[in-house]
Amino acid sequence: MYRSHVLVCGGTGCTSSNSAAIIEAMESELKKQGLENEVKVIRTGCFGLCALGPIMVVYPEGAFYSQVKVEDVPEIVEEHLLKGRMVKRLLYDETVKQDEVKSLKETEFYKKQHRVALRNCGVIDPENIDEYIAYDGYQALAKCLTELKPEEVIEIVKASGLRGRGGGGFPTGVKWSFTAANQADQKYVVCNADEGDPGAFMDRSVLEGDPHCIIEAMAICGYATGATEGYIYVRAEYPIAVKRLNIAIKQAREYGLLGKNIFDSGFDFDLHVRLGAGAFVCGEETALMTSIEGNRGEPRPRPPYPAVKGLFQKPTTENNVETFANIPQIILKGADWFASMGTEKSKGTKVFALGGKIKNTGLVEIPMGTTLREIIEEIGGGIPNGKKFKAAQTGGPSGGCIPASLMDTPIDYDNLTAIGCMMGSGGLIVMDEDNCMVDIAKFFLNFTVDESCGKCTPCRVGTKRLLEMLDKITSGKGTLEDLDKLEELCYYIKQNSLCGLGQTAPNPVLATLKFFREEYVAHVVDKKCAAGVCKDLLTFTIDKDKCIGCGMCARNCPADTIIKTDYIAEGHKLPSYEIIPDKCVKCGACMANCKVHAISKQ
Amino acid sequence: MLKKISKIPFKGTAEQEQKLKAVIAECADDKSLLMHVMQEAQEIYGYLPYEVQVMIAEGMNVPLEKVYGVSTFYAQFALSPKGEYNISVCLGTACYVKGSQEVLNKLTETLGIGEGECTADGKFSLEACRCIGACGLAPVMTVNDEVYGKLNAKDVPDILKKYGI
Repeated sequence: MYRSHVLVCGGTGCTSSNSAAIIEAMESELKKQGLENEVKVIRTGCFGLCALGPIMVVYPEGAFYSQVKVEDVPEIVEEHLLKGRMVKRLLYDETVKQDEVKSLKETEFYKKQHRVALRNCGVIDPENIDEYIAYDGYQALAKCLTELKPEEVIEIVKASGLRGRGGGGFPTGVKWSFTAANQADQKYVVCNADEGDPGAFMDRSVLEGDPHCIIEAMAICGYATGATEGYIYVRAEYPIAVKRLNIAIKQAREYGLLGKNIFDSGFDFDLHVRLGAGAFVCGEETALMTSIEGNRGEPRPRPPYPAVKGLFQKPTTENNVETFANIPQIILKGADWFASMGTEKSKGTKVFALGGKIKNTGLVEIPMGTTLREIIEEIGGGIPNGKKFKAAQTGGPSGGCIPASLMDTPIDYDNLTAIGCMMGSGGLIVMDEDNCMVDIAKFFLNFTVDESCGKCTPCRVGTKRLLEMLDKITSGKGTLEDLDKLEELCYYIKQNSLCGLGQTAPNPVLATLKFFREEYVAHVVDKKCAAGVCKDLLTFTIDKDKCIGCGMCARNCPADTIIKTDYIAEGHKLPSYEIIPDKCVKCGACMANCKVHAISKQ
Repeated sequence: MLKKISKIPFKGTAEQEQKLKAVIAECADDKSLLMHVMQEAQEIYGYLPYEVQVMIAEGMNVPLEKVYGVSTFYAQFALSPKGEYNISVCLGTACYVKGSQEVLNKLTETLGIGEGECTADGKFSLEACRCIGACGLAPVMTVNDEVYGKLNAKDVPDILKKYGI
């Protein structure tokens, strides 16, 4: 027995800010103080509050230390673990109220959250199967194999109302029943962990923080659909997730929870891990299967659907990580429990990766139907630096954006689709007044042009033409007519592309055109970028009355376009400078080097 | 995806070849493991030169054209060697809206190389990547395995100094 447990986040976010070194320092410091048998250090998965990483939580007190540095470790050991006095200066300030320390659950960030898919993340040691089992792990699988028929499992999943969390929102139970209905000598279960939306990292956090729940869910799916083999396709960019998954699979095999005759039920199931190699299109289900087979990851036309001819031409069920993460809880707690959360047509919770211009960057899990305002203003802590909210982007390169006027829309699949947006996998990037929406659309098109696999013409050529038109607009050469052409081309690409990538690629353009048409118009008519992002439309000017004539701007100008004038402002000793507009390369070096903020861009 | 193909002569060692052959021997029965073999080969050689692709094609008994096709399809397979220090700037959405493009521009300007290129002395190579998932630290860049977060273009010179520039 240990008297204290020190949980340190070992997710990718905190590992990037050096949590591994903190764990090492903690262990050696504990040894130094002779506490190694009294205090246990555990590396967990993601706590969700990535903006405050590296994170350390000390139990039984539940003290939440944020942005811990290696140098802080001796103080925490000496003061907290040895003398029992919490190190207040390191505690997350939301948890400290006068002299009391609040529990994490009472903070704004966690209060409105409801953790189902993430329930074990930041709670258990993901590399230890016993900790997962202690939290009811593998009980759902046992219940399925010993008490339920495969059809009954599918009925429970159907009744829960769970829909695919990868973006499409197809009912999971229905998908399973399609595969189950097809007879074949071999069927497969595939877990899509190729989380390619930039800015989305919830699947990674589940794999890093609770890998066993995915293994358990895949085995349950295998039992329900009649599959005996499964593949998990993970992005190669997620080395920690891959490592923990491999450890978890090995442990599950040792415990007889994968392999032959699981729980003496006669059911066999085993798993393979396959690594992606950086192709966004592989997140599309048929492309992913082509990639597992060892080919260029190009999508296949449907029909035949994967439930008929999927991986290796056999019936296959493919679900995304977060979808699977809900399954064991649904089996254990029942379909009604799950269906009691959420809205009429979107049940349960959804995990969002909050990023961009927001205070609490991180991972949040909320019941469906929560409004964007609650997510951003309450859980996310609002926009930093007193800036104004402009839009939230969801669904990555396939999605759209939600403007400030629609912040009170309850978030679920159907509401988002209705406003021309999509749930997507759950990336939620917040943008403020300094972001140019035309530039954002261009950013996503750049991405799709890069990632279009080239198989079908509407996507390969169409997205490239879209990007060229956006380039024209952001460089100040666009006309109003271009906006209509842009829109027409968008619809053409949507209707004619082969797979989901092309069909959704124009969404960022359409959504920004719909909600921020005035910004497009400003670019083509007034030749202005209000956010100051599109360089070709900017002019830099020096306020001659503010300029103190130090000459820092002229010295730092790479194009020698700043010259001394003969004007001396009142109260100043030196003549001011000015910029020759047509020679300026708009690099911004002058502005960055001006100490008196006399230079502005417009 | 357009890839830069290296003209630098192949300098593989016998030891590297032995390692690759061992990987191939383990996987030759299952053609769906082609990507896995190529990933291992890249781990061994640092990139996939023509000579290595030939070895893989022969060992796995698949056409060379297929190996080449797979290597050009996926962003992670490199056909040119990387520098001693490989700098990768995240251009994922969360980093982009916080100004990672400016960080990349500063690097290009300082090192005199563009995306996907390597300095003449082989010391630095530069690439842009899509989301390494450290969005809490945005904008982020990595130099080999070292992560630098919450960056500003102004921080670039100091970071490069650590690597001798």
